Amino acid sequence: MKKLKSAAALAAVGVLALTGCSGGSSDAQAINVNAFSVMEAANEPVFADFEKTDAGKDVEFKTSYGASGDQSRAVAAGAAADVVHYSLETDITRLVDEGLVAKDWKDNATDGIATSSVVVLVVRKGNPLGITGWDDLIKPGVKIITPNPGSSGSARWNILAAWAHIVGNGGSEAEAKDFVTKLLGNTIALPGSGREATTAFTDGSGDVLLSYENEAILARQSGADIDYIVPDDTLLIQNPAAVTVDASDAAKSFLEFMTSPEAQADYAQSGFRPVIDGVDVGDVQGANDPADPFPTPAKLFTIDDTFGGWGEAADKFFGDGEDGNPLGIITELQQSTGKTGDE
Amino acid sequence: MAGPGLAGVENATAPASPSGRRPRRVRRTTPRNTLTAGSGLGLGLAMVWFSILVLLPLAAVVATAGENGLSRYLDVLRNDQTWAAVTLTVGQSALVTLVNVLVGTIIAWVLVRDSFWGKGLLNVVIDIPFALPTIVAGLVLLSLYGPQSPIGVHAAFTRYAVFLALAFVTLPFIVRTVQPVLEELDTDVEEAAASLGAGRGVIFRRIILPALTPAITAGAALSFARAISEYGSLVLLSGNKPYSTEVVSVRVLTFIENGNNASAAALASVMLAVALLVIVLLDIVQRRVARRG
Repeated sequence: MKKLKSAAALAAVGVLALTGCSGGSSDAQAINVNAFSVMEAANEPVFADFEKTDAGKDVEFKTSYGASGDQSRAVAAGAAADVVHYSLETDITRLVDEGLVAKDWKDNATDGIATSSVVVLVVRKGNPLGITGWDDLIKPGVKIITPNPGSSGSARWNILAAWAHIVGNGGSEAEAKDFVTKLLGNTIALPGSGREATTAFTDGSGDVLLSYENEAILARQSGADIDYIVPDDTLLIQNPAAVTVDASDAAKSFLEFMTSPEAQADYAQSGFRPVIDGVDVGDVQGANDPADPFPTPAKLFTIDDTFGGWGEAADKFFGDGEDGNPLGIITELQQSTGKTGDE
Repeated sequence: MAGPGLAGVENATAPASPSGRRPRRVRRTTPRNTLTAGSGLGLGLAMVWFSILVLLPLAAVVATAGENGLSRYLDVLRNDQTWAAVTLTVGQSALVTLVNVLVGTIIAWVLVRDSFWGKGLLNVVIDIPFALPTIVAGLVLLSLYGPQSPIGVHAAFTRYAVFLALAFVTLPFIVRTVQPVLEELDTDVEEAAASLGAGRGVIFRRIILPALTPAITAGAALSFARAISEYGSLVLLSGNKPYSTEVVSVRVLTFIENGNNASAAALASVMLAVALLVIVLLDIVQRRVARRG
């Protein structure tokens, strides 16, 4: 009790001292991190490790987490941010267009990518339907859940992975459309976000959940009774991070630190695949095989190689067809499957 | 009720006021001049507050949507998927509101007129849909009506899910607006009517209903407005399938995700217009029914 009291007193003095400092000169030691929801837990050990380094000694993190698109729109509208970390590139492109992030943000060792994962198929414990890959998803009667690619930006990875399964293996666009149409026909729900989709699935709905490997690992870490399958061919999910134009040096050092082996090992514990080589991942609880948590799929498609980058893919696949926007392929397929499903 | 009461108070204090001769009299007959310095300040504060919090954002929405003129609204509604979402949302909201009018009034009646074990508890529990964060409500509903349903109702990802979620979050509106009016209602009048030979139906239609109608319509307006804008509680349970269970707020979110703020604003404006229309309609109904009494 006495210890607690003196600690509290010390903390109070500390806070007073800090506020005293910030009154004088601009306090460059606070780093505003604006990131997508899943990062909330994943960032904690990374923050702690950064604070142990020279650059991070007196740094204080101020964080904001939420849906990737919402976070990015908030920063575009003026929310404070030094380091931004989003689920997909279009959310950073928005800030580049607003002049808030430098045009050359991708010019670093990892091409602007801070964390990565792959699209996986989450199934019930023991895989009762014997799902092994994408082609099993379009069998009659398989009930699929995937987050809504319309309202959730990160959900777009899943649908593009299905598309890449056809196009990346030499199929034509027509065949890919046919495949995705069947997949959407088997889809029983399109929850608003990846987490909501996981909730709906773990609650008992559906046979297969299209999700991200890190999301599946996290769900298993928190006790969900599910298995997941990394298909032989799947799409690499790449989450970009950048600093805003008036970020402090501390923020810049933190961005660099995010792709260091140390930080990548921390992220790996939360289920993210390292974006650099030579990371000592160790055992990852929740992975199918904790000792070998991130098996490399036979074929790993990327947004750049298979789709020509997000700049092209966003409009081509997900444009809403309103206001002179192109009508995206997936939007169109969603509309047509919805209609036939109703009739 | 409140009107004459207040006038009576004013009447009583009028002679005590030092400048209470002619202006007072004028004040009572023409309500335009009733503003004292204090109430003027109050009105000013109310208007400033209301403008900043409500009028400005609404004007911004309509202005964003109106940038390209009227055609924007038509274009948005011409999209089949959006139209399906609008009809689903408005239809289910109207249905839920109708059910609420019936069930909400009955619950209020039971809470006021009957006494039974656990009444106090029920009275408190009614407000929970208000207090619960909508996403938590969604979770509760999913575990109740989803595939693991303990009561055997499997409504997840169907239109019933939309109805159930809306019914859950809008239940308290009519109960809470009708309840205080019913408490104030004097049973003497009903007894007098009964002693004069009026049957139960006539008493309800001629005495109780006209007194409750303003409260019911006010609650119905709140309930409908809440229902057409609901998002959090139903996204989990409804499944957001285009043409089937996708509601307007999900469409709006899709437009925003595509950076298409103008279409989002246009659709929002359309829903504003729908809400306004329904409120006006309810007001007309209320006047009709109240006059019949």
